[in-house]
Amino acid sequence: MKGETGYDLYYLFRDLTRFLHIDVVLLLLLLTLAGAGLVILYSAGGENGQLMTNQLIRLGVALATMLVFAQISPEVLKRWSPWLYGLGVLLLIAVLVAGEMGKGAQRWLDLGVVRFQPSEMMKLVVPMMVSWYFADRPLPPSWRDLPVAGALALVPMLLIARQPDLGTALLVGSAGLFAIFFAGISWRILAGLGVAAVAAAPVLWHFMHDYQRQRVLTFLDPERDPLGAGYHIIQSKIAIGSGGWYGKGWLNGTQSQLDFLPERSTDFIFAVFGEEFGFVGAVLLLLLYLAIIFRGLWIAMHAQDTYGRLLGGSLSLTFFVYLFVNTGMVIGLLPVVGVPLPLVSYGGTSLVTLMAAFGMLMSIQSHRRLLAK
Amino acid sequence: MTRRRDKGLRFSRRHFVVGVLLAGMTALAARSVHLQVLDREFLREEGDARHLRVVKMSAHRGMITDRNGEPLAISTPVDSVWANPGELMSARERLPELARLLGVPADDLWQTIASRADREFVYLRRHINPDLGRRVLALELPGVALQREYRRFYPLGEVAAHLIGFTNVDDHGQEGLELAWDAWLSGEPGLKRVVRDRLGRIVKDVEQIRPVRPGHDLRLSIDSRLQYLAYRELKKAVERHRARAGSIVLLDPHSGEVLAMVNQPSYNPNNRKGLKVEALRNRAVTDVFEPGSTVKPFVVAAALESGRVPRGLRIDTSPGYYRVSGHLIRDDRNNGRLDLAHILIRSSNVGASKLAMRLPSDVLWQGLSRVGFGQATGSGFPGERSGLLNPPQRWRKLDKATLAFGYGLSVTALQLAQAYSVLAADGVLHPAHFVPGQEVRPRRVMRAATARSVRAMLRGVISDEGTARRAAVPGYSVAGKTGTVHKAVAGGYAEDRYVAIFAGMAPADDPRLVAVVVIDEPQGDYYGGKVAAPVFSRVMQAALRVLNVAPDAPAGLQAGRVSSREGAA
Repeated sequence: MKGETGYDLYYLFRDLTRFLHIDVVLLLLLLTLAGAGLVILYSAGGENGQLMTNQLIRLGVALATMLVFAQISPEVLKRWSPWLYGLGVLLLIAVLVAGEMGKGAQRWLDLGVVRFQPSEMMKLVVPMMVSWYFADRPLPPSWRDLPVAGALALVPMLLIARQPDLGTALLVGSAGLFAIFFAGISWRILAGLGVAAVAAAPVLWHFMHDYQRQRVLTFLDPERDPLGAGYHIIQSKIAIGSGGWYGKGWLNGTQSQLDFLPERSTDFIFAVFGEEFGFVGAVLLLLLYLAIIFRGLWIAMHAQDTYGRLLGGSLSLTFFVYLFVNTGMVIGLLPVVGVPLPLVSYGGTSLVTLMAAFGMLMSIQSHRRLLAK
Repeated sequence: MTRRRDKGLRFSRRHFVVGVLLAGMTALAARSVHLQVLDREFLREEGDARHLRVVKMSAHRGMITDRNGEPLAISTPVDSVWANPGELMSARERLPELARLLGVPADDLWQTIASRADREFVYLRRHINPDLGRRVLALELPGVALQREYRRFYPLGEVAAHLIGFTNVDDHGQEGLELAWDAWLSGEPGLKRVVRDRLGRIVKDVEQIRPVRPGHDLRLSIDSRLQYLAYRELKKAVERHRARAGSIVLLDPHSGEVLAMVNQPSYNPNNRKGLKVEALRNRAVTDVFEPGSTVKPFVVAAALESGRVPRGLRIDTSPGYYRVSGHLIRDDRNNGRLDLAHILIRSSNVGASKLAMRLPSDVLWQGLSRVGFGQATGSGFPGERSGLLNPPQRWRKLDKATLAFGYGLSVTALQLAQAYSVLAADGVLHPAHFVPGQEVRPRRVMRAATARSVRAMLRGVISDEGTARRAAVPGYSVAGKTGTVHKAVAGGYAEDRYVAIFAGMAPADDPRLVAVVVIDEPQGDYYGGKVAAPVFSRVMQAALRVLNVAPDAPAGLQAGRVSSREGAA
């Protein structure tokens, strides 16, 4: 048995992945998705070599980030949580102040060498913080804990919404909410929050920026402005719908290849997928996402401690929100919100954040196993 | 113990989460089914509607040539720049670049598209050089595209402007033969389905829906050499006599084909800027005038045809005038007794008038009507006038008397030429036309003998004895008749405004060419014999040489003498 190379390789691989704290199932799923993403990006980007190189480099950086985060044990993450949270909130305020001086939306903080987007980091830090808050408290949380936890999520969310960056605010807020949910918030409060959210809609409307209101209105009736804001949705629906059962084939999507579909390599890349690979392709892609989410939830469910369980569950569900908001937007189920299709859309920032989250999930999984030994 | 409660909670929460996840995924999948399965036909059509376009392929307009294949009107490919205003407006900051290329002010360009923002198509500039078109396209502006079109070019310019006419910017005939033969020349634009991208650029052709049917070429009876020399002589004459206008028509009497037709004033059909309306008319067919003495040969012919007039008839015209219904009809001198030939040679109004009075009105009317007076020639030229010849029932005595020397009826130059071609073609009328092969019905309207003898009489006009010595063509015998007409004005005739006319043919024995020269309002000299006859002579001389017609009158022999003798016989 020892002489069989395959057998040796298996052990080598297993030891290596254990040593690197890699969750093989999750890694394989992620690589498959990233691969599918590159395939469709090649088509959506007009077979542009430079674009592919850029994305490959980003993918490399993101994978490295994932590996780094996988090495950091949940204990360490937990210890860092409040510090990172405090830093994040300060940075968000700094961005806002800088934004007041400049004009329009301000999301970046120019650190000279790199331009840093604090709101992106909050996608990870907020669930970490909420998980940290509940980690050493008796669960289910007492009703006294809830306002505090809610505030922990709400403050950065509102700061981000002020930038204004509705998509990220939504993701950050829901990440916090999911941690609270997994902490064991009672169903009645949950239901009450739901009702409150519906009641708050008009208030929210009041605080919305004009362009955000336009988006909502346009979502409700795309034909209202077919050349302007509704253009995205109409073109996207046409792209997907004209794909039919099996799609028009790779590189053959007319809506996308002929430039009718806007932002086709970034936020609207799912429409290209739907047009070229049809209903079957779209459902397969969704199933792949679902598998990743379930693996994440499985890891969270088997986490060693409350912190890992809450953080893992929150990150997994946030990933789902990511997917749902993007695809929902592309197929005209939700208003247009600037959220990329995770791991597929062209662009580096969200890719790195997402892979960092998966690194954390791997860490939660792998460190549990090491400790259990 | 927290652990137990925890676990219980976790269990129900797990189900909830899985339920929410599956519900979310189901919603996405259901929406996909909706779009990709239920609505796919509709959405596919919507998509097609966005990138599939049916575009027109302009048909090449047929070429117009003269009888020898020389081009008179040719289409050259040009590009027209058009835009989808809504799309172009999104690139407002780049408009100045486009404006510079197109050579229009940027503000005007913005106005053009902004005022048509709700349309999908607007021409930015028509008919530009294809080279410039390529540079416009290279700007890659959204919604800007080219359309291949054809632009007309007229090599003969003002020489054949009235005859050929011109097309408008959409390549449709507006004037002249371009208009008359528009359907024949136009062809049918083709249609093809193409895939275009968002910028309106055609990415590929999908199918041809209807092929382009190019227009037919049109060969005219015109001989551009004759056209050119006629124009040159007319222009010279009009300038020399400071005339208001003028026309020359050259006809092949044996076929009715128009060989040349020129007018003054003219215009340049290739650049119609500042074009005056009065320069636009093809006067030879659209303007009528009273033919004056040029109608006398047909009065004589009618008399001969009627059989009521003895061949040797002599009419006493002394004392050079006579009174009809209180009006005085006069000659410029007392010609005494004149035979038929000399009525023409001397152009005696009194003689022609008295001869007409001997004929029944309907005989005279028939004689004039049969050679085409009062009826359009059937050339099909747009705006052709038929002239006026009142029916005999409405003639008063004076009408008949003045009709004999060409007042009280009106003709076009083409009509007059056609009438003279009857004399030239031994009594057969070949309707005048511009396109060889055009269906015309030649008909005998006069006995051959009558035509020949009138023709013989008309040779006498071109003599020292006659009124048109200056119409003589060295080496050739010529038959013809002058006309000098007071122009009709409101309420009568102008004392000092004339139309000088000469109508004639050569060689007289077997005429190859009939020519009519009309000079409108010459200043100074105004007699047809002094103003129009020399033009006839020069045009005819050059034309006969171009057509290689053998001279029939050796130099030194006075053509006039011969004809005079024949006419008297």
